[in-house]
Amino acid sequence: MTGNGKKPQLAMYWGAGCGGCEISVLNIGEHILTVDAVFDIAFFPCIADFKIADVEGYPDGFIDVCLFNGAIRNSENEEMARLLRKKSKVMVAFGSCAYEGCIPALSNLTSRRATMETVYLDNPSIDNPDGIIPQLLTEVGEGELEIPSFYNTVKSLDQVVDVDYFLPGCPPEPHQIWAVLQVVVAALTEGAPLPPAGSVVGAGTLAVCEECPLEKDVKTIARFYRPYEITPEPSLCLLEQGLMCMGPATRSGCGALCPQVGMGCRGCYGPIEGVEDQGARMLTAIASVLEVSGKPGDDEAELDRRVQEAVNTIVDPAGTFYRFSMAKSMLRRVRINGGGS
Amino acid sequence: MTKRITIDPITRLEGHGKIEIFLDEAGDVENAYLQIPELRGFEQFCVGRPAEEMPRITNRICGVCPEAHHMAATKALDALFDVEPSSAVKKLREMFYMAFYVTDHTTHFYALGGPDFILGPDAPPAERNILGVIHKVGVDVGMQVINCRMRNHHVIKMLGGRGIHPVAGMPGGWSKSINEEERAEIEEIARQNVEFALFSLKAFDDLVLANQDYVDLIVSDAFTHETYYMGTVDEKNLVNFYDGLIRVTGPDGKEFIKYPAKDYVQHIAERVEPWTYLKFPYLKDVGWKGFVDGTDSGVYCATPLSRLNASNGMATSQAQEAFERFYETLGSKKTKGRYQPVHFRLATHWARLVELLYAAERMLELSQDPEITDPNMRVNVSSTPTEGIGSVEAPRGTLTHHYQTDEKGILTKVNLIVGTTNNYAPIAMSVKKAAQSLITRGTVVTEGMLNRVEMAFRNYDPCMSCATHSLPGQMPLEITIRQADGEVVERVSQYTD
Ligand code: SF4
Ligand code: SF4
Ligand code: SF4
Repeated sequence: MTGNGKKPQLAMYWGAGCGGCEISVLNIGEHILTVDAVFDIAFFPCIADFKIADVEGYPDGFIDVCLFNGAIRNSENEEMARLLRKKSKVMVAFGSCAYEGCIPALSNLTSRRATMETVYLDNPSIDNPDGIIPQLLTEVGEGELEIPSFYNTVKSLDQVVDVDYFLPGCPPEPHQIWAVLQVVVAALTEGAPLPPAGSVVGAGTLAVCEECPLEKDVKTIARFYRPYEITPEPSLCLLEQGLMCMGPATRSGCGALCPQVGMGCRGCYGPIEGVEDQGARMLTAIASVLEVSGKPGDDEAELDRRVQEAVNTIVDPAGTFYRFSMAKSMLRRVRINGGGS
Repeated sequence: MTKRITIDPITRLEGHGKIEIFLDEAGDVENAYLQIPELRGFEQFCVGRPAEEMPRITNRICGVCPEAHHMAATKALDALFDVEPSSAVKKLREMFYMAFYVTDHTTHFYALGGPDFILGPDAPPAERNILGVIHKVGVDVGMQVINCRMRNHHVIKMLGGRGIHPVAGMPGGWSKSINEEERAEIEEIARQNVEFALFSLKAFDDLVLANQDYVDLIVSDAFTHETYYMGTVDEKNLVNFYDGLIRVTGPDGKEFIKYPAKDYVQHIAERVEPWTYLKFPYLKDVGWKGFVDGTDSGVYCATPLSRLNASNGMATSQAQEAFERFYETLGSKKTKGRYQPVHFRLATHWARLVELLYAAERMLELSQDPEITDPNMRVNVSSTPTEGIGSVEAPRGTLTHHYQTDEKGILTKVNLIVGTTNNYAPIAMSVKKAAQSLITRGTVVTEGMLNRVEMAFRNYDPCMSCATHSLPGQMPLEITIRQADGEVVERVSQYTD
């Protein structure tokens, strides 16, 4: 219980996300009953009927823990992030979207104009002879209708409001959500300590490779393959067989799920502890598996050429190395030529 | 002066939405709008990505039905790379997909839509949720629901690599096969699913059909619409979630068209309105006539109710019995061997449970198929890609992915028509009709009444996360202010970074 004998208040809200984070919370299984016993739900549109007006009516700091998932990609996401920050004691960037932009932030690789044209004016099923594009404000017969304004750049939650904790994963694995909730519950009910503000919680500190059971350091590669081009040996490291795997540059915690079914890691847990830029880290890892790492006396120019050849077989490097972390990457977004931003 | 009532956000669904209800001076509802305030932009930002990554990128359109996007994307890759999966691959994929249907329909019935019936539309909003349901029906039943979701997510993880956002789909194949031990475990889970589905149908009988108030609500005019219905069917015109032809039947029950997914552009078009970010698909062959019912209007619906209405029945025995009981109870007559369509939108909840039973029975069948443990799940791909279209029945409607690539398989064009988007026009119509029927001059508008307006959309199980895949992050935003005669007075552009 909190000091006043009232149950702690829990909120969960989505910005630009997919709802997988909510489903992952529901997947903590019977622990959901513990959550129910310990917390009161203050706001959780996916499963409960509170409205924005309810939240606006809460005193500041009324919500003890707010799990915010989804990225910030429009004015509504940002307004809600600010409102919930004000009303919450602890704000958690929950899942990859809130933490580092995730898949929606791949949008930072494209331009405003291209997107608009693709969606509303130029796709095979569109019927839009008048070239209508959704408007912030539309006069309809009965009055005005308003929709939020879209930002040029997809942002992570901490690029908009202060965040206390980051929980990686797309979505975070249920057992880790539960582990984090237990820490929070202990803090709220027994006064146990919370991790230092700004921590990444609910994940490991090493790389996915460290928890991956596939055997490594046995092969080197001369090129990369697309996943459908080869059938990998089931027990060997995928990267060392030439299949792209972000394991070396990705934070552990999921249990190396993807490589175990023969698909390379795509990096959804974000960069490993202490690393700023996941893509830069991945390049180092790739260098170490190329069979061109030379010995003394080798021809430097020839080595360079072979490295380049191998790197050229990586399709879509930006969209691969920053699949989940574009908003937080050094790239952050591409320059938009004359896009009005 | 016109008054307005705003419901924001609409709740117990996936994603964002708001309802604006306008009242005239007398206090009657003049109009109601369901606005979708968000977009994310997959159709554009997927361009430039390698096609084979689409099953792992587009599942982030929706975390409630990632398996549906994963599967539609995987089937689009089959077409794109021109590889026909083996029957073992198809069966494994379908079994995975059935486990998904069981969890998804369970989630909707008990957590999203169900609270309106189990607790009642007027229950305090703070209780009208899955936790309230568990308080009401008891922890034992609550645990059955929780366990059903858990065991099927376990299967999804076993077959797809992850519990949410699976990874195993690849052109022509599946990256994971199962051994006998895994098969036996899945068979046992499927058996439990069949039991659970029967239990849920019984719960629907006891909680809903036994309550005259609810039955009256279901058959009331406020929640009735006569539209076209869409669903995928097998060669016998029975409901199929994984593969088949897309069949559309008219409000009168007659077959209107039946086509392979690859021909979708010939039959479906999408309309843009300025007051919402979501587009409105309609039947091209009929045309867009506005938000109206009837044979002359191209509005169609693609939901569990629609799939039943568009089919001749279910392919498994107990689901077929449930199907017949559904139509008989709701007063449908058979003409030329087919039941006439049921137009009561709230009956969608019941139709969903009929489908739940089918998914469970089909999963059991597949788990016993000798081919299911075939270790060869990967195929060699040799063709040069150009274009591919794939579709499945997502729980919320027919889902179509359409890709074009360069010769290296890098995407150059992407079009997606997702489950919920199909239903945007009927949902908007249902919201308006419910508002007009429930709120009339002199009525005191209560929270429960507004919740009934939300029930008008909730039966569609809309997933706005899905629906809002389709936009940009980047678009010029403009405010247009018009005079009453339509002349533009002012236009303000705003670009926000
Ligand atoms: S982090 Fe992943 S699961 Fe969570 S909202 Fe974003 S896309 Fe969905
Ligand atoms: S690179 Fe991938 S497959 Fe190899 S050890 Fe690391 S996580 Fe496992
Ligand atoms: S292996 Fe990589 S992509 Fe897969 S779940 Fe783990 S961190 Fe995410």
